[in-house]
Amino acid sequence: MAGVGELLEGKRVCICAGSGGVGKTTSSAAIAAGMAARGKKVAVLTIDPAKRLADSLGLPELGNEERQVDPKLFSEADIDTNGGELWAMMLDAKATFDELVRRHAPDAETRDRILSNRIYQQLSNALAGSQEYMAMEKLFELHAEDRYDLLVLDTPPSRNALDFLEAPKRLMQFIEGRALQVFMRPTGFGMKVFGRGTSMMFSVLRRLTGVEVLEDLSEFFQAFSGMVGGFRERAKRVNELLANQETCFLVVCAPQGEPITEAVYFHRRLVEAKLPFGGVIVNKVHYESELPDHDPGALRGELTSALDDEDLAQRVVANYEDYRALAARDRKNIKRLTAEMRARLVIQVPYLDTDVHDLAGLMRINEYLFAAGARERTAIAAEA
Amino acid sequence: MPDLLDKRLVIVTGKGGVGKSTVALALGLAAAAEGRRTIVCEVSSQEHTSQVFNRAQVGFHEVEMAENLWSISIDPDEAMREYLLLQLKVRAMRDLLMRSRIFNYLAAATPGLRELVTIGKIWEVALPDRKVKKARKYDLVIVDAPATGHGVAFLQTPRTFANVARVGPIKAQAEGLETFLVNHRKTGVAIVALPEEMPVNETASLEHTLTEEVGVSVDRVYMNALYPERFSRDEAERLETVSSNGNGNGSLRAACRAALSETRRAGAQREQLARLAELVSAPVRTLPFVFEPELGVDEIRRLSEAID
Repeated sequence: MAGVGELLEGKRVCICAGSGGVGKTTSSAAIAAGMAARGKKVAVLTIDPAKRLADSLGLPELGNEERQVDPKLFSEADIDTNGGELWAMMLDAKATFDELVRRHAPDAETRDRILSNRIYQQLSNALAGSQEYMAMEKLFELHAEDRYDLLVLDTPPSRNALDFLEAPKRLMQFIEGRALQVFMRPTGFGMKVFGRGTSMMFSVLRRLTGVEVLEDLSEFFQAFSGMVGGFRERAKRVNELLANQETCFLVVCAPQGEPITEAVYFHRRLVEAKLPFGGVIVNKVHYESELPDHDPGALRGELTSALDDEDLAQRVVANYEDYRALAARDRKNIKRLTAEMRARLVIQVPYLDTDVHDLAGLMRINEYLFAAGARERTAIAAEA
Repeated sequence: MPDLLDKRLVIVTGKGGVGKSTVALALGLAAAAEGRRTIVCEVSSQEHTSQVFNRAQVGFHEVEMAENLWSISIDPDEAMREYLLLQLKVRAMRDLLMRSRIFNYLAAATPGLRELVTIGKIWEVALPDRKVKKARKYDLVIVDAPATGHGVAFLQTPRTFANVARVGPIKAQAEGLETFLVNHRKTGVAIVALPEEMPVNETASLEHTLTEEVGVSVDRVYMNALYPERFSRDEAERLETVSSNGNGNGSLRAACRAALSETRRAGAQREQLARLAELVSAPVRTLPFVFEPELGVDEIRRLSEAID
């Protein structure tokens, strides 16, 4: 057993993946800050940082370019970074997609035709997985530029964490698919090159959609077809980066049943895809070490005499029972998770009573993320 | 303006992990308990309702879960197939389309088409005069919608298609869907939030986008999983004194600390509740945190009694 520090030793890319609402953005920021505090030059690519956290890091307006967190904030928090730096940027899927089109378009006319096509303008939102793909695209670009020791990617929230893994494949299917080829012919819907069945199919389709929709689609797919080669090459290299041994996937989840089930599934898919899985971070855990076993009757008696208030003592016991029920639930779910992971790294971060909104808060999380092992983490929780 | 459950379609949305599926089901149970024939539509492949009721997956079928409560999971491929069946009365024509590989590639590659046929199916389920032969008629349709980012794009799909398709049958149909969604008398939206900073911020901006850009009626915001305020400030101080005294055994101190932790959480959550009420225009309702380990039928039924 180890912590995030050991796990990311020698790694250049850390990808935090998981379903929505499990604290992925905070975990990513904490990991990036923790590695910066270990002397690395780190950039965190995030989706939508909490405003208070961004504000407190002096980054109120994050854009599609990286910005450095003022080193003074580290020294003020009494952290010696040994030359480490923390940079952050907010991913903008649309801007990244536009950049990509500009780069791969064979000429200015094609570029303008795509950028002004109405279907394209809806694409960055509508095309399944495009946000996820663009996040990896940006990651790839920064990695190729080689300006950082470590890149931490906070993946976009998707209903299903797997959307993220599927994104490059889906994009490739989209641009390589037959649909594109159908429209690549300059003769409109390519009817001439297909058999009678296909031209009949198009005539039925036109009755459904009207001819203009088909024309718009045709223009869109045609414009895109000039870029297939560039995209294919790029997507291949993005996939290679993901599978690289210097890349580390961390699955972030919460201890409720559903997020745990998703994490188990996601871990399995990473292993199947031969992607470098590092470990699981479970946020918002109720540690049992904080909530020792008790005899309810005896506890009520002790509390009554200590507080001199029977009603209050009763409510304190009821609350304690509720907390212990949560801790028992968390332990049960994490046990299931650990069994599935076969002794791979599972890091539990406790449920903190208040939102994390500054560097000090991130460092509090890092006591757990970077602790030497599970026993240390349990001890820290009991002391807290 | 009719009350939320008096509408025909209620869309439940919000940031990922806030409990949308739970709230959608609780609303469904509440409506069913009032005697409304209600159906909960799920639009992701992961079924929630059938799982809560410990039933086999329902798929693209309207299955009764409880008295007056049905459930369906809308798969876009199935919705597309059904749409073609309804549109093309000539069997040979639809067979031609459905068997065409090129058509299937096109249907899969066209951005937003899956969302469009999904919304089309929701609309069909909500029709007082259903297009599907002998289909059941409902008083209320509740949609467990995709999470925020995808959710807005989802609801905007009909307008996008109506704009792109200048003329033709698709335009007319997309406009019909759009008109239904933005009809404030028929369609309402409930946003689910959690009492934490980010979900509150996102709820406020989601309400703005849904109201101003999509044009739907946001009727209610649910602050979900709110801790109870169990201890007064004075009581918290007394607990603080006892826990810092150092006397007593481990569980006594731990119990006091757990009570103080609950007080801090409940307090921080009340601050977020106040922020939410300040930031959104729709009325804010709260739902209590459920301390039971699993949210089963009984727990969600209890929530449904407090939801409307």
